[in-house]
Amino acid sequence: MLIGKKPDILSSEITPRAIFENRRRFIKAAGFGAAAGLIASAGFVPSLASAANTRQKIASFNKTAYGKEEQLTSYDDITTYNNFYEFGTSKSDPAVHSRLFKPTPWTLSIEGEVKKPRKISIEDIFKLAPLEERIYRMRCVEGWSMVIPWVGFPLSKLIQYAEPTANARYIEFISLADPKSMPGVRVPILDWPYREGLRMDEAMHPLTIMAVGLYGEVLPNQNGAPIRLVVPWKYGFKGAKSIVGLRFTEKMPVTAWMKAGPSEYGFYANVNPEVEHPRWSQSTERRIGGGLFSPRIKTRMFNGYADEVGQLYAGMDLRKNF
Amino acid sequence: MFFRQPDKSQLTRIRFLLFLLALMPLARLIWLGATESLGANPIEFIERSTGTWALVMLLIALALTPIRLLTGIAWPIQLRRMAGLFMFFYACLHFTSYLWLDHWFDWSEISKHIIKHPYVLVGFLAFVLAVPLALTSSNTMMRRLGGRWKLLHRMVYPIAILAVLHFWWLVKKDIREPLFYAVVLLLLLGVRVLYAGRKQLKTQTTSKIQAHNSSA
Repeated sequence: MLIGKKPDILSSEITPRAIFENRRRFIKAAGFGAAAGLIASAGFVPSLASAANTRQKIASFNKTAYGKEEQLTSYDDITTYNNFYEFGTSKSDPAVHSRLFKPTPWTLSIEGEVKKPRKISIEDIFKLAPLEERIYRMRCVEGWSMVIPWVGFPLSKLIQYAEPTANARYIEFISLADPKSMPGVRVPILDWPYREGLRMDEAMHPLTIMAVGLYGEVLPNQNGAPIRLVVPWKYGFKGAKSIVGLRFTEKMPVTAWMKAGPSEYGFYANVNPEVEHPRWSQSTERRIGGGLFSPRIKTRMFNGYADEVGQLYAGMDLRKNF
Repeated sequence: MFFRQPDKSQLTRIRFLLFLLALMPLARLIWLGATESLGANPIEFIERSTGTWALVMLLIALALTPIRLLTGIAWPIQLRRMAGLFMFFYACLHFTSYLWLDHWFDWSEISKHIIKHPYVLVGFLAFVLAVPLALTSSNTMMRRLGGRWKLLHRMVYPIAILAVLHFWWLVKKDIREPLFYAVVLLLLLGVRVLYAGRKQLKTQTTSKIQAHNSSA
């Protein structure tokens, strides 16, 4: 396994702020080869390789009823099979190349059609709303899927904090593109930084969350630390990772994948078994973790969230607005 | 040693060693499968691996003539059939894993998939075209088909182009890997074209000289 041993500390002993400061201190300590006592006392495995990506529990979050009936994809699979091109284009790249990535300190900048542009630190984001666990299906456009127990809060809470003006009809999400810490950004595979977007009503929908953790732990770097978007009824690429900017706009933003392949990737990118992709079949999917001999499963409209989100697209031609 | 034609027993030994070597990718897959180390998506892993090795074997088979043209070392051509058959072997594993592990012989789904997705279609076409080549690879068939055999086996060129295209169209955005194979194929075909052109020029000039001489 690439990730270090689970720390055996009580979750109640740690607050998010302490987690981050601890992590920061730890990275420094690892870098200078000092303060070994501190590491030992904190209960971490003193391994340099896993230093920056040590698993840390989130102090408190509420369980919810979402996805209770689903069988979870294993932590190993969720954290070693990732599309995160900023850390390389192979699925196994992000887990390896994000190891020394530092998700703190981190600020999110709120811009565009808002009363007042401002910046918010990741520590303050943690205090914005009570954290909750949401078990969601994640369907990748490439025809595979997972079930992931995210920890996060509704995006609507962040939007309330941002105070958008009446002109704001869309939100653009801008990911970090730092060639120093993200080797994939040095290659012009996509037009960096990665950008995603949502219509305001999609963004305000209670299913849409900003995730800061998974499996009750702080979000691993390869999954988009420290904060990412999760929109369970859309293809996985809509979930922008390591977000540094939130821009409220009047016009529909152009996303990174729309730029890269306008005929293949649309703005909406709703999971839809009826609309074929030139490369992958969208009528079925492979659930990760089933092993060699488990058949594909049928892909459901809006990834099975049709009851909740279907009305958002009433009257729209989903073949045209793919 | 490499430049000389190996004698019969040496060639047998070389063949045996290369045979074992060419089975390594399969052995690796079996090993990784047995130790549950094929990763989060083992089926994709197997499809990718067998597909890549089919392509590599094909390019090896196509490299032997350019080696002869460029260096004059001709004896590796005797290994070409083995490389070609290993290409077909890995292509069979590739196609089987697609039909079986990936789609569980769901024929209606598979046929739709093949028709609708260009990358699948060209890959399927490459495989279908390779079947007659594998079937006619024996000495008996070579003798029986005579001159037509060579013509038939020129099919390997379109197969190689389709195979690279199959890889290229499969990739979402990062085309560096298929690009590498495309460049190798282009070089291997380029050497042939270059030499064919030169040969033609030579025969033309010799025939012109001959014509000139006879008229004089």
